[in-house]
Amino acid sequence: MKRLIWILVSLTLAAGCATGCAHHTAPLPTLQATATGSTIVESSGGRQLGTPGAMLPRPLVVQVNDAHGDAVTGALVEFLPLEGVTFDPAASLTDSSGQVSTTVTLGGTSGRYDLTAASMDKSGKQLNLHITELALGYQTQLGYQLDRNYCARCHDRESSPARVSNYDNLAVKPHPFADGDALNRLSDSDLTTIISYGGPALNRSALMPPYGATLGKPDIQALIALIRLVSGPPLRTPGPVYARR
Amino acid sequence: MLTRFVSSWRAFFRDPILPFGVVSFFLLIALSIVPAKDRFSEWRRYQQQYLRLIHNRGDAVALQRHFQGGIRQIWLPELAVADRCQTCHAGLAEASLVHAGTQPFRGHPVIPHRLDEFGCVICHRGQGAATTVAEAHYSPLAPEEPLLPARYLEASCGQCHHVALPGTPKLNEGRDLLARYGCLRCHTVRLPDGSRMTATDNPQPLNHIAAKTTREWIYAWLQSPSAYSASATMPDYQMSEEDARDISAFLIADSEPLPGSPLPTPTTSKSAPDIAAGAKLYRESFCASCHAIRDAAGNLAGGDPGPQLSPTLSQEPGPELTRIGSKVKPAWLQAWFEDPRTYNSHTLMPRYRWTPQQLKILSAYVASRTDLELLAHVHLEPATAQQIANGKALVIEYGCAACHEIRGISRPEAYAPELSRVGSKPFAQLVFIAGMEKTLPAYLNGKIRHPQAFGPGLRMPQYNFTSGQADALTTALLSLTDRSFTLPSRLQIPAQPGTTYQPAGHAGKLMAELNCLACHRINGRGGDMAPDLSSEGSAVQHNWLDAFLKNPYTLRPTLIQHMPNFNLSGAERAELTGYFMTVYQNPDIDRDAMPITGYSPSLVEQGRQLFYSKYACQSCHVVNRQQDKASIGPALNGIGSRLNAEWIYRWLKNPQALRPGTIDPNQNVSDADASALTAFLMAQKDSGVREAKQ
Repeated sequence: MKRLIWILVSLTLAAGCATGCAHHTAPLPTLQATATGSTIVESSGGRQLGTPGAMLPRPLVVQVNDAHGDAVTGALVEFLPLEGVTFDPAASLTDSSGQVSTTVTLGGTSGRYDLTAASMDKSGKQLNLHITELALGYQTQLGYQLDRNYCARCHDRESSPARVSNYDNLAVKPHPFADGDALNRLSDSDLTTIISYGGPALNRSALMPPYGATLGKPDIQALIALIRLVSGPPLRTPGPVYARR
Repeated sequence: MLTRFVSSWRAFFRDPILPFGVVSFFLLIALSIVPAKDRFSEWRRYQQQYLRLIHNRGDAVALQRHFQGGIRQIWLPELAVADRCQTCHAGLAEASLVHAGTQPFRGHPVIPHRLDEFGCVICHRGQGAATTVAEAHYSPLAPEEPLLPARYLEASCGQCHHVALPGTPKLNEGRDLLARYGCLRCHTVRLPDGSRMTATDNPQPLNHIAAKTTREWIYAWLQSPSAYSASATMPDYQMSEEDARDISAFLIADSEPLPGSPLPTPTTSKSAPDIAAGAKLYRESFCASCHAIRDAAGNLAGGDPGPQLSPTLSQEPGPELTRIGSKVKPAWLQAWFEDPRTYNSHTLMPRYRWTPQQLKILSAYVASRTDLELLAHVHLEPATAQQIANGKALVIEYGCAACHEIRGISRPEAYAPELSRVGSKPFAQLVFIAGMEKTLPAYLNGKIRHPQAFGPGLRMPQYNFTSGQADALTTALLSLTDRSFTLPSRLQIPAQPGTTYQPAGHAGKLMAELNCLACHRINGRGGDMAPDLSSEGSAVQHNWLDAFLKNPYTLRPTLIQHMPNFNLSGAERAELTGYFMTVYQNPDIDRDAMPITGYSPSLVEQGRQLFYSKYACQSCHVVNRQQDKASIGPALNGIGSRLNAEWIYRWLKNPQALRPGTIDPNQNVSDADASALTAFLMAQKDSGVREAKQ
């Protein structure tokens, strides 16, 4: 009987080892940092509006600088894993201009993706850079299209050859939609009121005209969803309160 | 008998009770498998996780009340839907969970449809009736319907919505690319309502190509269209030198002379043509509205505004002119500028009324846009009869006549597979190449980007699509499903049928020459680069329109002007103006209902105050150029000489009723305010326009 038990135990261990070895993949070629920096900053590619499950239109570029603000070559930058998000490459050494570029494919759900790029300083302490990317769902995509058509002419400060911004012409400056500090103070119903009945409805600028007779209720909800999505800092809704254990 | 059985039982088992117990035990085990499988099922584990997730939330009571255990199913027999997805995705209908928690417990983002009316698989595909994750999402037993990747999700909207939706830009772009890049000239796409998707590109006829260009250019172009023009819509057939040689020989030999008088020989004046004057005329004629030229830095200037700026551009822009001098013959260029329809009766190029001197300097300038490197290494021997015969066979084999009109060769029928249901193409019919994901979306995307990788014998040429364009095209193709044909017809929203509207009479002929419909839309037909003119006769004053046609200008202060000056004669302008004022009227508007002048100063002043205070119109419009700053709406200085008072009044009451989609909001202006604002605006006269008599 004892012998049987030993055989069973040995078989189990052997099977366990075989399974473990089968799942074990060859280690990735490790990158060795040849230098370290003291800060990591975003160069470009943050706060892009993308599609769920699709690659962002522009690469994400981050830069590692030393204490004097000069670019560091050969520092290791890793993009920390986040559910559904893929980076290509996920880790790389900074080039001669101190930069690392990666293409980002967002996860399959719409909303905000808070990514983290990490590097090490000379004392081994991790330097983190938080970058936000945004994936438009149906409602926010609709809001974005409405924004481009009706709102961006005043609320977007940037001009393009085909569309000149009206922002600088206005005596009272409109809030860009990403201006979370100002717009997060307004509730959804306040925003609905301003969009529907114009700025004077809440004692704000008369330069904001009423769009309630032009846009439908779903359109206005879509615009508010977009404003909440692109808001920086993000809106913290009072929402459900988590009970203390 | 019984005794024998009992004795053999005892002999075998010795104890009569023990075997009964053993058999009963195993029977019990066997019977408990089914309830145990149910008890420890995957979906039950997810439901327990969900209950733990919501347990500590502030809205736990509401969420727990909404929660229903067990298998949950949406059953819609009419749509052939039996979806059990909500069994695991327990929080799908909870708005408070849209941004909370992780999958599979997130609430569904807001969409215009109810879950219980459409189910899940109509949009997301997958196996709705399955109750395990693997079976539901990517069943190896049913590979026909794996879950649709999120990046192509807009394809599902396209199963019912055959019109462009504002919330589906990728689908809209894909459909636009299908129509603009010639896909529909080889592939047939039938829609559920029986109509066909139609191409909107405008490929050149090749009947008279020898008059236009040289065999050497055709040879170089066939080998690599992108080498001549990076923005070329003609795909790359990766043609061998021999094939390009023989096809170019055939096309030149097959070409017949242009009808009518022979092309004029370009005058060889002793003085060099004035290139600078030609460049000035090129600018003043707004050629860049349609044609792009690549500058020294390699950037395209002018031409196609791109899908970002014009997602529904319905017309193909003009070809890039960076190296046009290396392509066309000078005599042809001059004749083309004089009357483009002589060469191509379907061209979008308007017939400008240029003088002989202008024709000369403009063609000299355009012909100066050459690239000496392009044809420097092309040396072709005279064509032989065998090469010409082989060229004809190759033209048929490559299917050139699917797009181009070629003398003696009819358009091939069913040249490429029909794509009406390609979004449901059976898995067994897909041929994958090594290393690619084995799914239909990956197959379609790969085929669009690298068709030749799927086999050297395939006829599909190589396009230079960006990854975004390939995704958009894949989305459009994935929308062409079997399901779109089987869904109830009440759910189908058909594409708006195109009209064949053509202005009538002599003025209509003039408008066809000027090709007004290339940029303007009238009565449902035409481009969208410029304003819709269907109600222009109700909107504008006669004298302003006549002056505008004489010297067009942009009405918006910061808009790049596109409207060219066609150098119309006085009689032509009078004909066009009269036609517009008579024919293009809004039946609901009596343009003479309100006077053009004669408003009381007090009413004008009241309107001025309303304009600047209550309605703050100055945030978008300029009235006083010294004082106002705005860059959105049309400038309103001189509007009293441009528009009719009744149009302004009706516009103020409801702008969208007159021009759907206009950015100007409906401000619910009262009748009294609208009258005062109309009086103020009508008082803004333009001294340059002669006042109409009342």
